[in-house]
Amino acid sequence: MNMQEHDFATAPVQIKELADLVRFSLRVRPEHRADMAAALAMELPQKVGDRAGFATGETLCLGPDEWLILTTEPAALVDAAREAYARLPHSLTEISDREITLRLTGPQVLDLLATGCPRDIEALAEGRAVRTVFDSATVVLWRDGPAEFRMDIWRSFAPHVRSLLAQAEAELIAGL
Amino acid sequence: MLLINCPYCEETLPELEFAYAGEAHIDRPADPSALTDEEWRDFLFIRTNARGTHFERWRHIGCGRFFNAARDTVSDRFLTTYKAGQPRPDLKEAAE
Ligand SMILES: [Zn+2]
Repeated sequence: MNMQEHDFATAPVQIKELADLVRFSLRVRPEHRADMAAALAMELPQKVGDRAGFATGETLCLGPDEWLILTTEPAALVDAAREAYARLPHSLTEISDREITLRLTGPQVLDLLATGCPRDIEALAEGRAVRTVFDSATVVLWRDGPAEFRMDIWRSFAPHVRSLLAQAEAELIAGL
Repeated sequence: MLLINCPYCEETLPELEFAYAGEAHIDRPADPSALTDEEWRDFLFIRTNARGTHFERWRHIGCGRFFNAARDTVSDRFLTTYKAGQPRPDLKEAAE
């Protein structure tokens, strides 16, 4: 399924699917968070919704014991985690193919998101990300700028979410 | 729409991000084999069905955590929410 792309500057929103990303889900008890972060040479933020960059990727705190890790060096991450496993019990699972990621941008992107997200998206600070719902499908929404978002959508929900986004986009273009 | 405060995210968020999960503070018996059929039935099925303040479990989709809430079943008002594992709060304090 291909989404129509609007390159012209007047488009209210742009919806673009990103190339495949390498994602990991990390579960580790809060008391081991700091040691685990040191072992993986990355920051694991403590507050739900906070993000941190590291040398080859980005981490996001999804819950008190759950982090999402994007990386371009998966082998190094897995090696570091294996090395730490005996003293720091944890679960590190590759979930790259579980979701697709859309980049959502444009002057009316908040209106686009408001069609499906019950949460106050405008209040989500730049540089944070949250797991939320879009028309009841669980998504992770990253805010990269005032009008720049990424949305991770579970594959099986993607056609549903994308068709709703396309419909909302058409309504925004029509000025509705 | 109800707004619910997640004690893990420390944010007040719309009900659609949450799922109800039954009455709170029901401990699973440590030794189920030692229970009579009646006691096991009570553990599985018998609930308070309160008219008024009800202590109940909820799950936040955002952080994936179960937590507890006290909700008035008549007015549907949330009196307070607190982390799983914590004792029932004193609601006189919470009401003030
Ligand atoms: Zn939460």
